Amino acid sequence: MPVHSVSNVVVLPTKRTKSVLITMPDFKKIGAALLPPLFVMFMALLLWQIFASSPNSGLPPPTTVISESSDLILHPFFDNGGTDKGLGLHVLASLKRVALGYALAAIVGIGLGTLVGASQLFMRGLDPLFQILRTVPPLAWLPISLAAFKDGQPSAIFVIFITAIWPIIINTATGIRNIPDDYKNVARVIQLNPIQYFSKIMVPAAAPYIFTGLRIGIGLSWLAIVAAEMLIGGTGIGFFIWDAWNSSHISDIIVALFYVGIVGFVLDRLVSYVGSLVTHGMTVN
Amino acid sequence: MHKSYLTLSHVGKSFQRGTNTTEVLRDISLTVERGEYVSLIGHSGCGKSTLLNLIAGLTPVSNGTVLLEDKHVNAPGPDRAVVFQNHSLLPWLSVYDNIKLAVDKVWAKESAAQRKVRIMEKLDLVQMAHAKDKRPSEISGGMKQRVGIARALAMEPKVLLLDEPFGALDALTRAHLQDQVMQIHQTLKNTVVMITHDVDEAVLLSDRIVMLTNGPAATIGEIVNVNLPYPRKRIELVSQPEYIRCREAVLKFLYERHKFVEAA
Repeated sequence: MPVHSVSNVVVLPTKRTKSVLITMPDFKKIGAALLPPLFVMFMALLLWQIFASSPNSGLPPPTTVISESSDLILHPFFDNGGTDKGLGLHVLASLKRVALGYALAAIVGIGLGTLVGASQLFMRGLDPLFQILRTVPPLAWLPISLAAFKDGQPSAIFVIFITAIWPIIINTATGIRNIPDDYKNVARVIQLNPIQYFSKIMVPAAAPYIFTGLRIGIGLSWLAIVAAEMLIGGTGIGFFIWDAWNSSHISDIIVALFYVGIVGFVLDRLVSYVGSLVTHGMTVN
Repeated sequence: MHKSYLTLSHVGKSFQRGTNTTEVLRDISLTVERGEYVSLIGHSGCGKSTLLNLIAGLTPVSNGTVLLEDKHVNAPGPDRAVVFQNHSLLPWLSVYDNIKLAVDKVWAKESAAQRKVRIMEKLDLVQMAHAKDKRPSEISGGMKQRVGIARALAMEPKVLLLDEPFGALDALTRAHLQDQVMQIHQTLKNTVVMITHDVDEAVLLSDRIVMLTNGPAATIGEIVNVNLPYPRKRIELVSQPEYIRCREAVLKFLYERHKFVEAA
Protein backbone atom coordinates (compact mmCIF):
# COMPACT_ATOMS: atom_id res chain seq x y z
CA MET A 1 0.00 0.00 0.00
CA PRO A 2 1.40 3.45 -0.91
CA VAL A 3 2.24 5.51 2.10
CA HIS A 4 0.42 8.73 1.05
CA SER A 5 -3.00 7.06 1.02
CA VAL A 6 -2.59 6.35 4.67
CA SER A 7 -2.33 10.04 5.44
CA ASN A 8 -5.96 10.51 4.32
CA VAL A 9 -7.17 8.24 6.99
CA VAL A 10 -8.31 10.03 10.07
CA VAL A 11 -6.87 8.18 12.94
CA LEU A 12 -9.25 8.09 15.86
CA PRO A 13 -7.54 7.84 19.17
CA THR A 14 -7.84 4.33 20.42
CA LYS A 15 -9.87 4.04 23.52
CA ARG A 16 -7.85 3.42 26.62
CA THR A 17 -8.41 0.07 28.20
CA LYS A 18 -8.50 1.66 31.64
CA SER A 19 -12.16 0.81 32.22
CA VAL A 20 -11.44 -2.86 31.72
CA LEU A 21 -8.81 -2.70 34.42
CA ILE A 22 -11.21 -1.12 36.87
CA THR A 23 -13.99 -3.66 36.37
CA MET A 24 -11.58 -6.50 37.04
CA PRO A 25 -12.02 -7.25 40.74
CA ASP A 26 -8.83 -7.23 42.69
CA PHE A 27 -8.92 -10.76 44.07
CA LYS A 28 -5.81 -10.24 46.11
CA LYS A 29 -7.34 -7.32 48.02
CA ILE A 30 -10.69 -9.04 48.53
CA GLY A 31 -8.93 -12.13 49.74
CA ALA A 32 -6.78 -10.17 52.16
CA ALA A 33 -9.89 -8.52 53.59
CA LEU A 34 -12.09 -11.61 53.80
CA LEU A 35 -9.76 -14.45 54.68
CA PRO A 36 -8.66 -13.40 58.19
CA PRO A 37 -12.19 -12.93 59.61
CA LEU A 38 -13.42 -16.11 57.92
CA PHE A 39 -10.51 -18.03 59.37
CA VAL A 40 -11.08 -16.68 62.89
CA MET A 41 -14.78 -17.44 62.68
CA PHE A 42 -14.11 -20.99 61.53
CA MET A 43 -11.61 -21.56 64.32
CA ALA A 44 -14.04 -20.20 66.91
CA LEU A 45 -16.80 -22.52 65.69
CA LEU A 46 -14.38 -25.42 65.71
CA LEU A 47 -13.28 -24.76 69.31
CA TRP A 48 -16.88 -24.32 70.37
CA GLN A 49 -17.78 -27.63 68.71
CA ILE A 50 -14.91 -29.44 70.45
CA PHE A 51 -15.52 -28.06 73.94
CA ALA A 52 -19.33 -28.29 73.84
CA SER A 53 -19.31 -31.86 72.58
CA SER A 54 -18.23 -33.39 75.87
CA PRO A 55 -21.10 -35.25 77.61
CA ASN A 56 -21.08 -33.05 80.75
CA SER A 57 -21.19 -29.77 78.80
CA GLY A 58 -24.08 -27.43 79.69
CA LEU A 59 -24.03 -25.73 76.32
CA PRO A 60 -24.93 -27.26 72.94
CA PRO A 61 -22.30 -27.36 70.18
CA PRO A 62 -22.98 -25.44 66.91
CA THR A 63 -24.28 -28.54 65.12
CA THR A 64 -26.93 -29.07 67.80
CA VAL A 65 -27.88 -25.39 67.73
CA ILE A 66 -28.45 -25.57 63.98
CA SER A 67 -30.50 -28.78 64.14
CA GLU A 68 -32.58 -27.74 67.19
CA SER A 69 -33.28 -24.18 66.17
CA SER A 70 -33.40 -24.53 62.40
CA ASP A 71 -36.93 -23.10 62.14
CA LEU A 72 -35.82 -20.00 64.11
CA ILE A 73 -32.89 -19.54 61.76
CA LEU A 74 -34.79 -20.25 58.55
CA HIS A 75 -38.14 -18.54 59.33
CA PRO A 76 -37.51 -15.30 61.17
CA PHE A 77 -41.02 -13.93 60.55
CA PHE A 78 -43.44 -16.73 61.51
CA ASP A 79 -46.26 -15.80 63.86
CA ASN A 80 -48.18 -18.51 65.72
CA GLY A 81 -50.02 -15.99 67.86
CA GLY A 82 -49.25 -14.99 71.43
CA THR A 83 -45.55 -14.82 72.15
CA ASP A 84 -44.65 -17.65 69.77
CA LYS A 85 -43.14 -15.51 67.02
CA GLY A 86 -40.12 -15.54 64.74
CA LEU A 87 -36.96 -13.78 65.89
CA GLY A 88 -37.35 -11.15 63.16
CA LEU A 89 -40.66 -10.04 64.69
CA HIS A 90 -39.16 -9.93 68.19
CA VAL A 91 -36.27 -7.85 66.91
CA LEU A 92 -38.72 -5.51 65.19
CA ALA A 93 -40.63 -5.04 68.45
CA SER A 94 -37.36 -4.19 70.22
CA LEU A 95 -36.31 -1.86 67.41
CA LYS A 96 -39.59 0.02 67.65
CA ARG A 97 -38.97 0.74 71.33
CA VAL A 98 -35.38 1.72 70.67
CA ALA A 99 -36.42 3.98 67.80
CA LEU A 100 -38.87 5.88 70.00
CA GLY A 101 -36.66 6.16 73.06
CA TYR A 102 -33.56 6.97 71.06
CA ALA A 103 -35.28 9.59 68.90
CA LEU A 104 -36.52 11.34 72.04
CA ALA A 105 -33.05 11.11 73.59
CA ALA A 106 -31.48 12.58 70.44
CA ILE A 107 -33.86 15.56 70.34
CA VAL A 108 -33.75 16.34 74.05
CA GLY A 109 -30.06 15.46 74.33
CA ILE A 110 -28.92 17.74 71.51
CA GLY A 111 -31.14 20.51 72.85
CA LEU A 112 -29.85 20.24 76.43
CA GLY A 113 -26.28 19.74 75.22
CA THR A 114 -26.46 22.93 73.20
CA LEU A 115 -27.81 24.82 76.19
CA VAL A 116 -25.13 23.52 78.53
CA GLY A 117 -22.39 24.02 75.96
CA ALA A 118 -23.39 27.57 75.08
CA SER A 119 -24.23 28.99 78.49
CA GLN A 120 -21.99 29.05 81.54
CA LEU A 121 -25.04 29.51 83.75
CA PHE A 122 -26.82 26.37 82.51
CA MET A 123 -23.52 24.52 82.63
CA ARG A 124 -23.05 25.36 86.31
CA GLY A 125 -26.62 24.50 87.16
CA LEU A 126 -27.09 21.29 85.21
CA ASP A 127 -23.69 19.66 84.93
CA PRO A 128 -23.51 18.25 88.51
CA LEU A 129 -26.93 16.69 88.07
CA PHE A 130 -25.90 15.15 84.74
CA GLN A 131 -22.67 13.80 86.17
CA ILE A 132 -24.52 11.99 88.95
CA LEU A 133 -27.47 10.72 86.91
CA ARG A 134 -25.36 9.41 84.05
CA THR A 135 -23.67 6.86 86.29
CA VAL A 136 -27.00 5.25 87.25
CA PRO A 137 -27.17 1.85 85.47
CA PRO A 138 -30.00 1.64 82.91
CA LEU A 139 -31.91 -1.09 84.69
CA ALA A 140 -31.95 0.84 87.95
CA TRP A 141 -34.33 3.25 86.23
CA LEU A 142 -36.83 0.51 85.43
CA PRO A 143 -38.62 0.14 88.80
CA ILE A 144 -38.95 3.91 89.09
CA SER A 145 -40.37 4.22 85.60
CA LEU A 146 -42.72 1.30 86.14
CA ALA A 147 -43.98 3.08 89.22
CA ALA A 148 -44.41 6.31 87.30
CA PHE A 149 -45.94 4.96 84.05
CA LYS A 150 -47.71 1.90 85.54
CA ASP A 151 -47.09 0.08 82.24
CA GLY A 152 -44.23 -1.87 80.70
CA GLN A 153 -44.20 -0.34 77.23
CA PRO A 154 -43.57 3.32 78.13
CA SER A 155 -41.22 2.20 80.90
CA ALA A 156 -39.00 0.36 78.41
CA ILE A 157 -38.98 3.41 76.14
CA PHE A 158 -38.07 5.61 79.09
CA VAL A 159 -35.17 3.33 80.02
CA ILE A 160 -33.82 3.64 76.46
CA PHE A 161 -34.27 7.40 76.60
CA ILE A 162 -32.49 7.84 79.91
CA THR A 163 -29.68 5.49 78.86
CA ALA A 164 -28.95 7.11 75.51
CA ILE A 165 -29.32 10.73 76.51
CA TRP A 166 -26.15 11.23 78.60
CA PRO A 167 -23.49 10.64 75.97
CA ILE A 168 -25.54 12.76 73.56
CA ILE A 169 -25.76 15.67 76.02
CA ILE A 170 -22.12 15.49 77.05
CA ASN A 171 -20.70 15.19 73.53
CA THR A 172 -22.95 17.91 72.14
CA ALA A 173 -21.91 20.25 74.95
CA THR A 174 -18.23 19.46 74.35
CA GLY A 175 -18.69 20.12 70.63
CA ILE A 176 -20.37 23.47 71.25
CA ARG A 177 -17.74 24.48 73.81
CA ASN A 178 -14.92 23.55 71.43
CA ILE A 179 -16.06 25.73 68.54
CA PRO A 180 -12.83 27.57 67.61
CA ASP A 181 -12.72 31.27 68.43
CA ASP A 182 -11.90 31.89 64.77
CA TYR A 183 -15.34 30.70 63.68
CA LYS A 184 -16.96 32.86 66.35
CA ASN A 185 -14.95 35.86 65.19
CA VAL A 186 -15.95 35.25 61.58
CA ALA A 187 -19.58 35.18 62.70
CA ARG A 188 -19.12 38.42 64.61
CA VAL A 189 -17.40 40.24 61.76
CA ILE A 190 -20.16 39.37 59.30
CA GLN A 191 -22.72 40.01 62.05
CA LEU A 192 -24.70 36.78 62.01
CA ASN A 193 -27.73 36.97 64.28
CA PRO A 194 -28.16 34.29 66.98
CA ILE A 195 -30.42 32.10 64.83
CA GLN A 196 -28.02 32.26 61.87
CA TYR A 197 -25.11 31.61 64.21
CA PHE A 198 -26.86 28.54 65.56
CA SER A 199 -27.68 27.03 62.16
CA LYS A 200 -24.64 28.13 60.13
CA ILE A 201 -21.81 27.84 62.66
CA MET A 202 -22.80 26.06 65.85
CA VAL A 203 -24.56 22.99 64.49
CA PRO A 204 -22.12 22.19 61.66
CA ALA A 205 -19.09 22.89 63.86
CA ALA A 206 -20.37 20.61 66.60
CA ALA A 207 -21.76 17.94 64.24
CA PRO A 208 -18.80 15.55 64.51
CA TYR A 209 -19.08 15.61 68.31
CA ILE A 210 -22.86 15.26 68.21
CA PHE A 211 -22.56 12.18 66.04
CA THR A 212 -19.99 10.67 68.37
CA GLY A 213 -22.58 11.05 71.13
CA LEU A 214 -25.34 9.64 68.95
CA ARG A 215 -23.21 6.63 68.10
CA ILE A 216 -22.41 5.85 71.73
CA GLY A 217 -26.10 6.42 72.51
CA ILE A 218 -27.40 3.90 69.99
CA GLY A 219 -25.00 1.26 71.30
CA LEU A 220 -26.13 1.82 74.89
CA SER A 221 -29.80 1.79 73.83
CA TRP A 222 -29.42 -1.60 72.28
CA LEU A 223 -27.61 -2.89 75.37
CA ALA A 224 -30.36 -1.57 77.63
CA ILE A 225 -33.37 -2.77 75.66
CA VAL A 226 -32.40 -6.44 75.84
CA ALA A 227 -32.06 -6.24 79.62
CA ALA A 228 -35.21 -4.18 80.08
CA GLU A 229 -37.32 -6.54 77.99
CA MET A 230 -36.22 -9.50 80.07
CA LEU A 231 -37.99 -7.87 83.01
CA ILE A 232 -40.97 -6.39 81.21
CA GLY A 233 -42.03 -9.35 79.06
CA GLY A 234 -44.52 -9.57 76.21
CA THR A 235 -42.52 -9.16 73.04
CA GLY A 236 -39.00 -8.22 72.07
CA ILE A 237 -35.71 -9.99 71.69
CA GLY A 238 -34.87 -9.59 75.38
CA PHE A 239 -38.13 -11.24 76.40
CA PHE A 240 -37.49 -14.02 73.89
CA ILE A 241 -34.13 -14.82 75.48
CA TRP A 242 -35.58 -14.88 78.97
CA ASP A 243 -38.51 -16.99 77.81
CA ALA A 244 -36.15 -19.45 76.11
CA TRP A 245 -34.10 -19.70 79.31
CA ASN A 246 -37.21 -20.50 81.34
CA SER A 247 -38.10 -23.24 78.85
CA SER A 248 -34.48 -24.49 78.75
CA HIS A 249 -34.14 -23.83 75.00
CA ILE A 250 -30.44 -23.04 75.14
CA SER A 251 -30.02 -23.36 71.38
CA ASP A 252 -32.68 -20.70 70.83
CA ILE A 253 -30.82 -18.35 73.15
CA ILE A 254 -27.64 -18.77 71.14
CA VAL A 255 -29.42 -18.00 67.88
CA ALA A 256 -31.02 -14.93 69.53
CA LEU A 257 -27.60 -13.71 70.68
CA PHE A 258 -26.42 -13.75 67.08
CA TYR A 259 -29.45 -11.67 66.12
CA VAL A 260 -28.74 -9.18 68.89
CA GLY A 261 -25.11 -8.87 67.88
CA ILE A 262 -25.81 -8.40 64.20
CA VAL A 263 -28.58 -5.85 64.75
CA GLY A 264 -26.40 -3.90 67.18
CA PHE A 265 -23.59 -3.86 64.65
CA VAL A 266 -25.91 -2.66 61.88
CA LEU A 267 -27.34 0.11 64.11
CA ASP A 268 -23.85 1.35 64.96
CA ARG A 269 -22.82 1.37 61.31
CA LEU A 270 -26.03 3.11 60.30
CA VAL A 271 -25.52 6.02 62.72
CA SER A 272 -21.87 6.26 61.80
CA TYR A 273 -22.78 6.31 58.08
CA VAL A 274 -25.38 9.05 58.55
CA GLY A 275 -22.78 10.94 60.58
CA SER A 276 -20.19 10.74 57.82
CA LEU A 277 -22.78 11.99 55.30
CA VAL A 278 -23.75 14.95 57.46
CA THR A 279 -20.26 15.95 58.55
CA HIS A 280 -18.64 15.34 55.15
CA GLY A 281 -15.91 13.26 56.71
CA MET A 282 -14.93 15.96 59.21
CA THR A 283 -13.57 14.14 62.24
CA VAL A 284 -13.29 14.96 65.90
CA ASN A 285 -9.67 15.79 66.53
CA MET B 1 -8.97 70.74 60.30
CA HIS B 2 -8.07 67.68 58.32
CA LYS B 3 -9.96 64.62 59.42
CA SER B 4 -8.34 61.23 59.11
CA TYR B 5 -10.08 58.12 57.87
CA LEU B 6 -9.16 55.87 60.77
CA THR B 7 -8.15 57.49 64.03
CA LEU B 8 -6.87 55.86 67.18
CA SER B 9 -6.47 58.31 70.01
CA HIS B 10 -4.81 57.37 73.30
CA VAL B 11 -5.97 53.79 72.98
CA GLY B 12 -5.09 51.44 75.81
CA LYS B 13 -6.04 47.89 76.64
CA SER B 14 -5.79 45.99 79.90
CA PHE B 15 -6.88 42.46 80.60
CA GLN B 16 -8.07 41.37 84.00
CA ARG B 17 -7.60 37.92 85.36
CA GLY B 18 -8.80 37.66 88.92
CA THR B 19 -7.10 40.40 90.85
CA ASN B 20 -4.26 40.70 88.32
CA THR B 21 -4.45 43.43 85.72
CA THR B 22 -2.15 43.19 82.74
CA GLU B 23 -1.72 46.32 80.69
CA VAL B 24 -1.05 45.16 77.15
CA LEU B 25 -1.27 48.42 75.21
CA ARG B 26 -0.82 51.97 76.44
CA ASP B 27 -1.54 55.32 74.89
CA ILE B 28 -1.56 54.40 71.21
CA SER B 29 -2.38 57.26 68.87
CA LEU B 30 -2.35 56.66 65.14
CA THR B 31 -4.11 57.97 62.08
CA VAL B 32 -4.53 56.09 58.84
CA GLU B 33 -5.54 57.85 55.61
CA ARG B 34 -7.92 56.45 53.05
CA GLY B 35 -6.10 54.12 50.67
CA GLU B 36 -3.08 53.82 52.90
CA TYR B 37 -1.29 50.54 53.56
CA VAL B 38 -0.02 50.48 57.14
CA SER B 39 1.92 47.65 58.75
CA LEU B 40 2.18 47.00 62.47
CA ILE B 41 5.42 45.31 63.39
CA GLY B 42 6.81 44.20 66.74
CA HIS B 43 8.10 41.20 68.61
CA SER B 44 5.70 38.37 69.28
CA GLY B 45 3.61 38.90 72.36
CA CYS B 46 3.86 42.69 72.18
CA GLY B 47 0.15 43.13 71.54
CA LYS B 48 -0.03 43.52 67.75
CA SER B 49 -2.97 41.17 67.48
CA THR B 50 -4.69 42.85 70.40
CA LEU B 51 -4.36 46.19 68.62
CA LEU B 52 -5.85 44.73 65.45
CA ASN B 53 -8.71 43.22 67.44
CA LEU B 54 -9.39 46.65 68.95
CA ILE B 55 -9.67 48.16 65.47
CA ALA B 56 -11.82 45.22 64.37
CA GLY B 57 -14.03 45.76 67.42
CA LEU B 58 -13.62 42.14 68.43
CA THR B 59 -12.29 43.30 71.80
CA PRO B 60 -13.42 46.54 73.45
CA VAL B 61 -10.86 49.25 74.26
CA SER B 62 -10.07 50.00 77.91
CA ASN B 63 -9.00 53.60 77.31
CA GLY B 64 -9.20 56.04 74.43
CA THR B 65 -11.23 55.84 71.25
CA VAL B 66 -11.13 54.26 67.81
CA LEU B 67 -12.89 56.27 65.12
CA LEU B 68 -13.58 55.13 61.57
CA GLU B 69 -14.98 57.93 59.39
CA ASP B 70 -15.96 59.76 62.57
CA LYS B 71 -17.91 56.79 63.87
CA HIS B 72 -17.02 55.07 67.11
CA VAL B 73 -15.81 51.51 66.75
CA ASN B 74 -17.34 49.47 69.55
CA ALA B 75 -18.41 46.25 67.87
CA PRO B 76 -17.16 44.08 65.02
CA GLY B 77 -18.60 44.67 61.58
CA PRO B 78 -18.09 43.99 57.90
CA ASP B 79 -16.70 47.51 57.31
CA ARG B 80 -13.57 46.24 59.11
CA ALA B 81 -13.20 42.78 57.59
CA VAL B 82 -10.44 40.66 59.08
CA VAL B 83 -8.25 38.09 57.35
CA PHE B 84 -7.25 35.82 60.21
CA GLN B 85 -3.83 34.28 60.59
CA ASN B 86 -5.05 30.72 60.12
CA HIS B 87 -7.53 31.49 57.35
CA SER B 88 -10.53 30.43 59.50
CA LEU B 89 -12.58 29.16 56.61
CA LEU B 90 -15.49 27.00 57.66
CA PRO B 91 -14.43 23.43 56.80
CA TRP B 92 -17.97 22.19 56.09
CA LEU B 93 -18.57 24.79 53.37
CA SER B 94 -17.09 24.92 49.88
CA VAL B 95 -14.84 27.81 48.89
CA TYR B 96 -17.79 29.44 47.13
CA ASP B 97 -20.15 28.93 50.07
CA ASN B 98 -17.61 30.33 52.53
CA ILE B 99 -17.66 33.62 50.64
CA LYS B 100 -21.38 33.34 50.04
CA LEU B 101 -22.04 33.21 53.78
CA ALA B 102 -20.43 36.63 54.15
CA VAL B 103 -21.85 38.09 50.93
CA ASP B 104 -25.42 36.95 51.66
CA LYS B 105 -25.26 38.65 55.02
CA VAL B 106 -23.48 41.87 54.06
CA TRP B 107 -25.23 42.41 50.73
CA ALA B 108 -28.61 41.03 51.80
CA LYS B 109 -30.48 43.75 49.90
CA GLU B 110 -29.06 42.79 46.53
CA SER B 111 -30.52 40.14 44.22
CA ALA B 112 -29.14 36.62 44.22
CA ALA B 113 -27.62 37.24 40.78
CA GLN B 114 -25.83 40.38 41.93
CA ARG B 115 -24.45 38.56 44.92
CA LYS B 116 -23.22 35.74 42.73
CA VAL B 117 -21.36 38.27 40.58
CA ARG B 118 -19.74 39.68 43.71
CA ILE B 119 -18.55 36.26 44.85
CA MET B 120 -17.12 35.28 41.46
CA GLU B 121 -15.51 38.69 41.01
CA LYS B 122 -13.56 38.32 44.25
CA LEU B 123 -12.68 34.69 43.52
CA ASP B 124 -11.30 35.84 40.16
CA LEU B 125 -9.36 38.60 41.88
CA VAL B 126 -7.46 36.09 44.01
CA GLN B 127 -7.35 33.59 41.13
CA MET B 128 -9.34 30.95 42.96
CA ALA B 129 -12.40 30.70 40.70
CA HIS B 130 -11.23 27.29 39.48
CA ALA B 131 -11.51 25.83 42.99
CA LYS B 132 -14.86 27.31 43.94
CA ASP B 133 -16.51 23.95 44.63
CA LYS B 134 -13.62 22.54 46.64
CA ARG B 135 -13.67 22.30 50.40
CA PRO B 136 -10.96 24.03 52.45
CA SER B 137 -9.41 20.66 53.31
CA GLU B 138 -8.85 20.01 49.60
CA ILE B 139 -6.78 23.12 48.86
CA SER B 140 -3.33 24.24 49.95
CA GLY B 141 -2.53 26.68 52.76
CA GLY B 142 -1.79 29.50 50.34
CA MET B 143 -5.07 28.91 48.52
CA LYS B 144 -7.00 28.95 51.78
CA GLN B 145 -5.46 32.28 52.67
CA ARG B 146 -6.42 33.63 49.23
CA VAL B 147 -10.01 32.55 49.82
CA GLY B 148 -9.85 34.24 53.23
CA ILE B 149 -8.73 37.42 51.51
CA ALA B 150 -11.48 37.08 48.90
CA ARG B 151 -14.06 36.67 51.65
CA ALA B 152 -12.82 39.79 53.41
CA LEU B 153 -12.67 41.80 50.17
CA ALA B 154 -16.20 40.68 49.25
CA MET B 155 -17.50 42.67 52.20
CA GLU B 156 -15.91 45.75 50.61
CA PRO B 157 -14.58 46.90 53.96
CA LYS B 158 -13.56 50.47 54.66
CA VAL B 159 -10.46 49.03 56.29
CA LEU B 160 -9.08 45.61 55.50
CA LEU B 161 -7.40 44.10 58.54
CA LEU B 162 -4.75 41.44 57.92
CA ASP B 163 -3.53 39.47 60.94
CA GLU B 164 -0.19 37.96 59.88
CA PRO B 165 -1.87 36.69 56.74
CA PHE B 166 1.22 35.01 55.34
CA GLY B 167 2.74 33.81 58.60
CA ALA B 168 1.87 30.15 58.18
CA LEU B 169 3.02 29.88 54.54
CA ASP B 170 6.25 28.73 52.96
CA ALA B 171 8.58 31.40 51.54
CA LEU B 172 7.66 30.95 47.86
CA THR B 173 3.93 30.92 48.43
CA ARG B 174 4.30 33.90 50.72
CA ALA B 175 6.16 35.92 48.08
CA HIS B 176 3.53 35.05 45.49
CA LEU B 177 0.72 36.07 47.79
CA GLN B 178 2.44 39.30 48.80
CA ASP B 179 2.64 40.27 45.14
CA GLN B 180 -1.03 39.46 44.75
CA VAL B 181 -2.04 41.53 47.76
CA MET B 182 0.08 44.43 46.50
CA GLN B 183 -1.63 44.22 43.13
CA ILE B 184 -5.09 44.07 44.71
CA HIS B 185 -4.23 47.09 46.82
CA GLN B 186 -3.19 48.96 43.68
CA THR B 187 -6.39 47.98 41.88
CA LEU B 188 -8.88 48.64 44.65
CA LYS B 189 -7.02 51.49 46.41
CA ASN B 190 -8.38 50.13 49.67
CA THR B 191 -7.17 50.94 53.16
CA VAL B 192 -5.19 48.15 54.77
CA VAL B 193 -3.81 47.60 58.25
CA MET B 194 -1.55 44.55 58.39
CA ILE B 195 0.21 42.82 61.25
CA THR B 196 3.53 41.23 60.43
CA HIS B 197 6.78 40.19 62.03
CA ASP B 198 8.58 40.02 58.70
CA VAL B 199 10.69 43.13 58.01
CA ASP B 200 10.94 42.58 54.24
CA GLU B 201 7.23 42.03 53.97
CA ALA B 202 6.52 45.23 55.84
CA VAL B 203 8.84 47.30 53.64
CA LEU B 204 7.63 45.71 50.43
CA LEU B 205 3.94 46.30 51.01
CA SER B 206 3.54 49.33 53.25
CA ASP B 207 3.28 53.07 52.90
CA ARG B 208 4.07 53.33 56.59
CA ILE B 209 5.48 50.91 59.11
CA VAL B 210 4.35 51.34 62.71
CA MET B 211 6.76 49.78 65.17
CA LEU B 212 5.54 48.70 68.59
CA THR B 213 7.72 48.58 71.68
CA ASN B 214 7.90 45.42 73.73
CA GLY B 215 5.08 44.70 76.13
CA PRO B 216 3.72 44.87 78.70
CA ALA B 217 2.16 48.26 78.11
CA ALA B 218 3.43 48.36 74.52
CA THR B 219 3.08 51.57 72.59
CA ILE B 220 4.17 53.02 69.28
CA GLY B 221 7.94 53.39 69.30
CA GLU B 222 8.56 54.78 65.87
CA ILE B 223 6.95 55.15 62.47
CA VAL B 224 8.86 54.72 59.22
CA ASN B 225 7.54 56.18 55.96
CA VAL B 226 8.34 54.01 52.96
CA ASN B 227 8.76 56.38 50.03
CA LEU B 228 8.90 53.87 47.23
CA PRO B 229 6.71 54.12 44.15
CA TYR B 230 4.25 51.41 43.19
CA PRO B 231 4.27 48.93 41.60
CA ARG B 232 7.16 47.62 43.61
CA LYS B 233 9.26 44.78 42.27
CA ARG B 234 10.92 42.75 45.00
CA ILE B 235 14.08 42.06 43.01
CA GLU B 236 14.66 45.66 41.95
CA LEU B 237 13.94 46.95 45.45
CA VAL B 238 16.81 45.15 47.09
CA SER B 239 19.40 47.55 45.67
CA GLN B 240 17.44 50.78 46.15
CA PRO B 241 18.74 53.15 48.87
CA GLU B 242 15.25 53.94 50.16
CA TYR B 243 14.49 50.23 50.60
CA ILE B 244 17.77 49.70 52.40
CA ARG B 245 17.15 52.73 54.61
CA CYS B 246 13.68 51.53 55.66
CA ARG B 247 14.83 48.00 56.25
CA GLU B 248 17.71 49.21 58.36
CA ALA B 249 15.47 51.50 60.39
CA VAL B 250 13.08 48.68 61.22
CA LEU B 251 15.82 46.17 61.95
CA LYS B 252 17.63 48.64 64.21
CA PHE B 253 14.44 49.33 66.09
CA LEU B 254 13.61 45.66 66.56
CA TYR B 255 17.03 44.27 67.30
CA GLU B 256 18.95 47.10 68.93
CA ARG B 257 16.61 49.41 70.70
CA HIS B 258 13.83 46.99 71.53
CA LYS B 259 15.59 43.71 71.64
CA PHE B 260 13.37 40.78 72.48
CA VAL B 261 14.31 40.19 76.10
CA GLU B 262 12.37 37.06 76.87
CA ALA B 263 14.43 33.88 76.64
CA ALA B 264 13.64 32.25 73.35
